[in-house]
Amino acid sequence: MASKTVPVRLPVLARVEGEGALEFAIRDGQIEDLQLRIFEPPRYFEKFLQGRHYSEVPDIVARICGICPVAYQMTAVQALESLLVPDMPEELALWLNSMRQVLYCGEWIQSHALHIHLLAAPDLFGFDSAIAMAKKYPDIVQRGVRLQALGNDIISLLGARSVHPVGVKVGGFYKAPETAQVDALLESLQALTTEAEALVQWLAALELPQSQQTFTSVSLHNNTGYAVYRGNIISDQGLDISTEEYPQYFSEFQAPQSTAFHAHLQGQPYLVGPLARLNNNAAQLQPQTLTLLESLPVQFPDNNMFNSIIARALEIHHCIITAIALLQNYQPPAQPWHPVTLQAGECSGATEAPRGLLWHYYKLDKAGNIVSANIIPPTSQNQARIEADLQITLQNYLLEKGEAYTEDRVRQLGEQVIRNYDPCISCATHFLRLKIHA
Amino acid sequence: MMDKPRIAVHKFASCDGCQLAFLNMGPELLELANHVEIVHFVEAGMVAPDAEVDIAFVEGSVSTEEDIERIHAIRKLSKQVITIGACAGSGGLQALRNLADGEQWLNELYPQPQYIQSLNNTHPVKDYIKVDFEVWGCPVSTQQIKQVVTSLLLGASPLQSKDKICLECKRQQRVCTLVTIPTTGTPKELENRQKACLGPITAAGCGALCPSVGRACYGCYGLADNAEPAALARRFEGLGLVSKAIAQKLLLFHSHEDALRRAAENMSETQEAFNGQ
Repeated sequence: MASKTVPVRLPVLARVEGEGALEFAIRDGQIEDLQLRIFEPPRYFEKFLQGRHYSEVPDIVARICGICPVAYQMTAVQALESLLVPDMPEELALWLNSMRQVLYCGEWIQSHALHIHLLAAPDLFGFDSAIAMAKKYPDIVQRGVRLQALGNDIISLLGARSVHPVGVKVGGFYKAPETAQVDALLESLQALTTEAEALVQWLAALELPQSQQTFTSVSLHNNTGYAVYRGNIISDQGLDISTEEYPQYFSEFQAPQSTAFHAHLQGQPYLVGPLARLNNNAAQLQPQTLTLLESLPVQFPDNNMFNSIIARALEIHHCIITAIALLQNYQPPAQPWHPVTLQAGECSGATEAPRGLLWHYYKLDKAGNIVSANIIPPTSQNQARIEADLQITLQNYLLEKGEAYTEDRVRQLGEQVIRNYDPCISCATHFLRLKIHA
Repeated sequence: MMDKPRIAVHKFASCDGCQLAFLNMGPELLELANHVEIVHFVEAGMVAPDAEVDIAFVEGSVSTEEDIERIHAIRKLSKQVITIGACAGSGGLQALRNLADGEQWLNELYPQPQYIQSLNNTHPVKDYIKVDFEVWGCPVSTQQIKQVVTSLLLGASPLQSKDKICLECKRQQRVCTLVTIPTTGTPKELENRQKACLGPITAAGCGALCPSVGRACYGCYGLADNAEPAALARRFEGLGLVSKAIAQKLLLFHSHEDALRRAAENMSETQEAFNGQ
């Protein structure tokens, strides 16, 4: 019998951030040579950070990603302050920790709402775009863009604009928001809480595809609450390490098909992002969010990647409640930053970007200039896991359908699997290896 | 009734932040779709790279051989080509590699550089094709995009205003960060006086956001009309900045612009600042 080979190409992946493609062959019912190609050209961020003054770093690294600039700024200032601000007064440290969590909540809300409504939801209802979907489901799309706008408003409160905000500096914020601005935002946050609740319930009631898989969930964790801005790096397989120890456990390598580096945890793919966070930290969600979660058919830990859309919606709800809690009784400090003490040395930081763990490393000279930098974004970390998931999910579909499969559905399913990870290809393509792997 | 204008949004090397000026429009994005037909916008789900359109918005800088072919194709398919943002307009932040040896950087960053297809330099769109209109900013704002689209829908040319940031600052009655010497405040506030603000050479459009939070403009909106970067560089010397620091300030978001390069080259240690990295 002659063997039948069908090459499948998705030359441009739509509704992901950045430029990528998927290629594989179906040979006698088997998925082979599967490659998630990333061809977004490199932009050499680590290279042009070299020689720059530490004070320019937050504005430079923001430009790695227009969708999650806050994540890059937060991780950079956390790392740099650990070296340059050893004497942060406790009261200011508490205030900064709260305000940076608020800022970060804004980015999670904005990014998750964008992903759920403009990128992922059209898949679930068979539309090509949210604009097409809005004609039939205007209320759902309108609610989504209102939540997205709320996230942007939170970022603007502390950063003056939502894309590449200008408020964050090493040592604090340039300016503390006025009380009247905070009060106005609190009203919007209160008003949208029920909308976020409705969003969670709507998604949880949908019939999402099932693809149970075994994987390792990696996220930050701290004992004081659902980790966003600080914590140890943990996995559901018992890993528990400090930020500085990251390079000893995680490795990056280059694959021929991609301008992005791949990452492994002790030789294996792993998952970062909303589903990994809920798998590791769901018990620490805000009490109101936990009550909402208890009423849902899905519970965490969960190993169906298609449920990551529900994880994102729950995080939107959690972030709104968190921002309200942190902004109530708001008081601006006398000065919202603490001066830097220059010294040479190395530092690292890790935070939870909307798409998962983001790790930064910097080496500085005694004048405060960057000697070297290394930045590992979540999408690089997820890339090996995405390929493993595609292999399993597409193979299962072929097994189920036998000869009756359609290429269109294989394509569509492949895109849907990739979108579950909300890959940010712009982020993933600018990074430096840790080591050369033989 | 006239057909709705057809628009496309194309992406080259960039952070995706300028496309967000569309995706962050909120309910107005849905309203926009009533007035124009969005034919190609990959991130939003419309994929038709070969379709003819009335207006093509281009984000990002041209960085590969394939990019060069693509930008020429876009010109042929589009009645008007409008760049959005620093990367498309001047090459943006990543054009810093044009000051160094791009091939060397590639070799240093990637263990297997043969897998990477990339030109040694990255270029603004105008280096390859005629551009009908440029929207400046890093990122451009939703407000700017709405103004451009509204003008075009009305059949008018969009207004190209490249006044200096200083005018926006003055209209908001902000205290000038460049000239003001505070006489009261904490010791740290006094220490931090007279900031090296790029407002006097930077195009308005952001709303003077950095001065509004008390910091110096860092020039992300690109050069204003009649800007004098060399004169501002001399002013920065007067504030006590060394040549390397001044050159680095001038050459950050728009380092591929000739006027900024000329001013920076006059600073004695510029070469050291970029080659010695």
